[in-house]
Amino acid sequence: MIIQQLSVFIQNESGRLVNVTEILYDAEINISALSIAETEEYGILRMIVSDTEKAAEALRANSYKVRITDVICMITPDVPGALNKCLKSLATEGINVSYMYGYSNGGKARLIMKTSDPERAAEILFPPIN
Amino acid sequence: MIWNEPKECMSRDEMHHLQSARFKSVINRVYHNVPFYRKKMQQIGIEPTDIQTIEDIVSLPFTTKQDLRDNYPFGLFASPKSEVVRFHASSGTTGKPTVVGYTRKDIEIFSEVVARALACAGATKEDTVQVAFGYGLFTGGLGLHYGAEKLGAAVVPISGGNTSKQLQLLQDFGSTVLASTPSYAAHLSESMTESGIDASKLPLRIGIFGAEPWTPALRKKIEESLEITAFDIYGLSEIIGPGVAVSCKAQDGLHIAEDHFFPEIVSPETLQPLDVGKTGELVFTTLTKEAMPLLRYRTRDLSSLNDSPCQCGRSNIRMAKIYGRSDDMLIIRGVNVFPSQVESALLEIPEAKPHYQLIVDRQGTMDTLEVQVEIDDKCFSDELVQLSQINKKIKHHIESILGISVILKLVEHKTIQRSEGKARRVIDRRV
Repeated sequence: MIIQQLSVFIQNESGRLVNVTEILYDAEINISALSIAETEEYGILRMIVSDTEKAAEALRANSYKVRITDVICMITPDVPGALNKCLKSLATEGINVSYMYGYSNGGKARLIMKTSDPERAAEILFPPIN
Repeated sequence: MIWNEPKECMSRDEMHHLQSARFKSVINRVYHNVPFYRKKMQQIGIEPTDIQTIEDIVSLPFTTKQDLRDNYPFGLFASPKSEVVRFHASSGTTGKPTVVGYTRKDIEIFSEVVARALACAGATKEDTVQVAFGYGLFTGGLGLHYGAEKLGAAVVPISGGNTSKQLQLLQDFGSTVLASTPSYAAHLSESMTESGIDASKLPLRIGIFGAEPWTPALRKKIEESLEITAFDIYGLSEIIGPGVAVSCKAQDGLHIAEDHFFPEIVSPETLQPLDVGKTGELVFTTLTKEAMPLLRYRTRDLSSLNDSPCQCGRSNIRMAKIYGRSDDMLIIRGVNVFPSQVESALLEIPEAKPHYQLIVDRQGTMDTLEVQVEIDDKCFSDELVQLSQINKKIKHHIESILGISVILKLVEHKTIQRSEGKARRVIDRRV
């Protein structure tokens, strides 16, 4: 399914992540998935949270620049080849994956991916059951 | 409206006569009352009687900020303390403060030139002027205050800072004129957007901005975001304070109140006077000041003069918008760099905001220039590739203007200090 992801621009300095998580804690936001893309100077913190709008508002109020993006969230069996199969079906249709993150636990793998066309990707990955 | 038509529109010939007469009297005043100037004139063998017209000014020595410091606090005063009614002083971040004094007549002239400036910007006695320049030893607050009162306008003496109160009074009092530094005006407009205040609903119509160099592009940005017409007011406490010059509706330079302050442009290297139209360091001689007249004071501001007729009807000579200071100029790897160039470059990129800081450092024998730019909504992306493209775009644009390579660093929003006085744009770690 398509879900909303919250991205935050943060400087690559000690204490910055503490500050962001503190703000989310104060706003009673739960984080269910998270990844960081970093450069020498700055990073992009990407999160799936319990209330995206509320989290965005709390961070904006503290002068953070945030962005809400549609991403694909999918659950695959935790077996060799499951991810490969999904990615192949997207590649065949010419859909690019910009980045992804995930984890597996209890026989299932959960993945978040940013694609060039989230709606089309969802159609391919989650075909309607007739 | 032209506040003082006889003085602001007199012919060049009449102005020349007036300046010459006033110049002779200021020479007499300093010769007989200021030992510093008497000694300097005696050293080069000039008596007050040798001075006949304003052209004779070129034979006189310059005055510098260091001279003011050396004579701290009152060594350059030409009036007894009993005649002095006010002091102002510079912040003194780079040494002893420089102190200036005013007689009652000096304050009247100060108010007169600020009233001229406000009228030149289109303000009248019907206006409400919110003075967001700092009140205190800095000349900005009280200078605008007295000038606005002289004009007959209603003054809101809020002073600098306290942004939420500024916004509240802009709305509740319906201020029509805002006087502040340009960087603070930019900050106010940003805060307005954040608080959801619609600038077009405010009666604010005129901005009088000064006390720091700013670019035409920033003026345009402030004018668009606050929906006002912005004017540039120039001045320095050593000469009187704001009101030495102001831009008019033609927006083609700033008219100098040259019946009180005589301008020259000299080469910052050779100190030789330059012709009208040439760019160099601006030098002022006060023609009417009583408490602390200064001869050929070197402002360190870079500008040029233009004596052609102006479409606004004023004949007072114009100075070009200050494009930098001879002492703000950074020499990086042998190239002259002005902070204002970086500001212009940023304003030309839609994704960037003009909040920046320059950090000059030396690694080994190599000078480095780091430009820190705040991230903006328009340029923040959740994809690293796009962020690095924007980073490169800003970097290349700045490099093409400066002619040297820079390190561009995107930083979090609001991490660069907003100025409520003068913005501190440069940190030079080489010294």
